Amino acid sequence: MRWTWIDRFTAFESRKSATAVKCLSLAEDHFADHFPGFPVMPAPLILEGLAQTGGILVGEANQYRENVVLAKMSAKFHREAMAGEQLTYTTTIDDLNETGARVKGTAHSGSDLVAEADIMFAHVKPDQLPPGIPDPKFVFSGELSHLLKMAEAVAKR
Amino acid sequence: MPTEQEIFEKVRTTLVDALNVDEDEVTIKSRLKGDLNAESIDFLDIVFRLEKQFGVKIPREELFPESIFQGDPHFVTDGKVNADGIKELEERMPFADLSEFKKDTRLEKMEDLFTVELIVNYLKRKLGS
Repeated sequence: MRWTWIDRFTAFESRKSATAVKCLSLAEDHFADHFPGFPVMPAPLILEGLAQTGGILVGEANQYRENVVLAKMSAKFHREAMAGEQLTYTTTIDDLNETGARVKGTAHSGSDLVAEADIMFAHVKPDQLPPGIPDPKFVFSGELSHLLKMAEAVAKR
Repeated sequence: MPTEQEIFEKVRTTLVDALNVDEDEVTIKSRLKGDLNAESIDFLDIVFRLEKQFGVKIPREELFPESIFQGDPHFVTDGKVNADGIKELEERMPFADLSEFKKDTRLEKMEDLFTVELIVNYLKRKLGS
């Protein structure tokens, strides 16, 4: 199963801010159940998209050498987002150091504020991982790779 | 230089925001884990917020050193912090009040060292007040 909840980056300024968009298509499986006849984007998936936007911003700051994991998040929702809308996730770095980062994020649909969040990421060193994890560099790999290339391409514009 | 009371009030604001607790729950003697239910990830959050609130840099492991927590055999014997461990604590955390801990040095009691008072004392030294 794919677990990428942003479609593309539209702006990227290293160590400062990143903007990504997510188009909500009725063809996505979750809309069938959430809810039948009333397709609302599940709130945790909006937060996942925001966290992916911010997490890649934080990862890029150290050329993806660190494992960036979501540590803590507080969020406020202003309205529902329905199938057919396009969400814009904007994230800015408040703090960044060797232990992790704090990021502010908003999700807009057009000019409407849908949600806002404070997100904290931690840098997890290989020696802090529980034993038995096959790849100690487990965050920025696999299906995220193409998103990272996209972020890079947008950053060069 | 801020007074001790001013530092405490700013620390309290920081903890209210980071831990979602009420202001009156935070006293100078409150333990971060035992009384305010902080989890280990909250310590990272608290450090970020203190840096911003007080405009200081707090290097990793300076305020909340972790190595003794991890049962380093050099500092821990049979689940208790040994004499070397106490010496290490005294050197690395001169802002901590170790008197109670010295009476019962079981590793799990270490977390009780992390109190609001510890943060205030650390910041007093850091800010030179």
